[in-house]
Amino acid sequence: MDNYAVQTENLGKRFGKFDAVKNLNLAVHEGEIFGFLGANGAGKTTAIRMLCGLLLPSSGSGRVAGFDIYNENEKIKQRIGYMSQKFSLYEDLTPAENIEFYGGVYGLKRQALLKKRAALLDELGLAEQADTTTRSLPLGFKQRLALSCALLHDPAIVFLDEPTGGVDPEARRNFWDLIYHMAQQGKTIFVTTHYMDEAEYCHRVSIMYQGEIIALGSPVELKKQYVKASMQEVFIHLVDR
Amino acid sequence: MSVVRRQLSVVWMTCNGQQTTGNGQLTTDNKPLAKNMSRIIPIIRKEFIHIRRDFRTLIIIFAMPIFMLLMYGYAINMEIQNIDLAMIDHSLSPASRELVRAFQGSRFFTVTYFDGGESAIEKLFHRRDAKMALIIPQDFARIIGGPAPASVQILIDAGDSNTAQLLQNYANVVLQTYNAGRGVVAPFEVRATIQYNPTLKSAYYFVPGLVALILMMISALLTSLTIAREKETGTLEQILVSPVRPFEIITGKVVPYLFLAFADGILILLVARFWFEVPIIGNLALILLGCLLFVGVALSFGLLISTLARTQQVAMMGALMGTLLPTVMLSGFIFPIASMPKILQFVTYLVPARYFLPVVRGVMLKGNTIFHLWLPLGMLVLMGIFFLMISAKRFKMTLEV
Repeated sequence: MDNYAVQTENLGKRFGKFDAVKNLNLAVHEGEIFGFLGANGAGKTTAIRMLCGLLLPSSGSGRVAGFDIYNENEKIKQRIGYMSQKFSLYEDLTPAENIEFYGGVYGLKRQALLKKRAALLDELGLAEQADTTTRSLPLGFKQRLALSCALLHDPAIVFLDEPTGGVDPEARRNFWDLIYHMAQQGKTIFVTTHYMDEAEYCHRVSIMYQGEIIALGSPVELKKQYVKASMQEVFIHLVDR
Repeated sequence: MSVVRRQLSVVWMTCNGQQTTGNGQLTTDNKPLAKNMSRIIPIIRKEFIHIRRDFRTLIIIFAMPIFMLLMYGYAINMEIQNIDLAMIDHSLSPASRELVRAFQGSRFFTVTYFDGGESAIEKLFHRRDAKMALIIPQDFARIIGGPAPASVQILIDAGDSNTAQLLQNYANVVLQTYNAGRGVVAPFEVRATIQYNPTLKSAYYFVPGLVALILMMISALLTSLTIAREKETGTLEQILVSPVRPFEIITGKVVPYLFLAFADGILILLVARFWFEVPIIGNLALILLGCLLFVGVALSFGLLISTLARTQQVAMMGALMGTLLPTVMLSGFIFPIASMPKILQFVTYLVPARYFLPVVRGVMLKGNTIFHLWLPLGMLVLMGIFFLMISAKRFKMTLEV
């Protein structure tokens, strides 16, 4: 019996003749902030999509929240939250309607959902803008609203696929504060990014290059191992080899 | 700084709003159907909000049917009236004047005398001052008084061959009337009785086709567009990581358009019945059954398109190519199937509207019953099952890409 939130063994995905992900071996602990680094096209998104049940692996095995990613997708989906770089909100819906919709598809009870919606809008500072569409909100608000929608069902594991893309540095910093709070709640955070300064905030990181993991460890360990001052330098050193 | 604090509390709220242990136990009923419904209803509700706020969709749903009804009802008139007829009368006799009066008396023609000579007729046609010219020869009165038949020359601008054909027929009718007035008995008489649409109103003809067109458009085009849009914005992915099942998404997406397609279908039938006074002789329920089957085919076809299209533009093109054009061109709506080239006739067997039109026309105008219509209805069922099977299979596959 393991207590890993995410565990994979030789997980792979092949598109035609192209191996997007090769022999992925991971073990993410519960409550860990796990950074999944790599350049664009390194296979991060493909890997995260396999773990979220959006994509069927070509080879290998994996478990998320203790459930098999091939057969127990339904159970996994109840226990994970997912937020992509696109902040998948409905722009023509108001923030309230977005919350209501996502709460609905997760099967939240109406009363609980309405209560939660009111509280969330209040906390997000959107109570007065209840009637404006999400389209007109600033990006930072959209990002927080998207995260709130992904967390409505209180998932144990949160997958964040480049959650800070396009957001200004201050908002990025604030977002990482949120990530820490979630981790303190006991949630496991699985986050992909290509900002190396963000890598420093993770408990452990893996660096992916051309579909394979080429380094794995805590930022401190990796910097020591490669004798570099920052994750940025570690990354450049590894990728430019 | 206060901004930061507010953001921090967001997650606190988010995480603590629900008093669970964090392993995602949800509070839904355990009954599977109730569970399905509780997830389908939010999707339906959301879809209606999209429709309400999207101007383009509203236009397609409400303005298009009305626009099309008016266009087909008034602008496209199969009858031609008040054709400009240039009359060149070289005879100038009582007999020729009688012939001219016969044309003047017909509602089809507007007669003007023309004395520019035969050589100038072409100019008339060029300037579109006349569609037809009638030349009565100088010896007309003399010959028609004798035993041999007299001839007149008719020139028709056949730039539009259908119109030319009609004009020729109209002219024949007038000439026959003239002959009859002079006591000349034709060797035999052809008398056509027109069944089911005795006054040849075009409304009788276009309404069934219009029902087919609108149902097809709303079901296939809008359904495929709405799914393609969610693919584009990435929201489909966001729904797919939730426990919602593909069939729940499909149901939630399809039900709103099913409602709207039916509402439009009924709107068209009402306008047809009470505004254009098209009779509904047969059983209304049978028409509605036909509509239901047809909408089923169209929706499953729309789903098939949505599985192939990643963007709204591709979905739009696919839907136009795959549904609207064939429905207009290859269903027998406007062009009779029997007069198409063999290869196109074969293609029409794949057009759902081909089976739907006989149902609507048959029931409305001829009072057909299910005994007359089991074949086209059965074909609709088969096509629906066929498309649904392919698209269900394809839908699963595309979720993985």
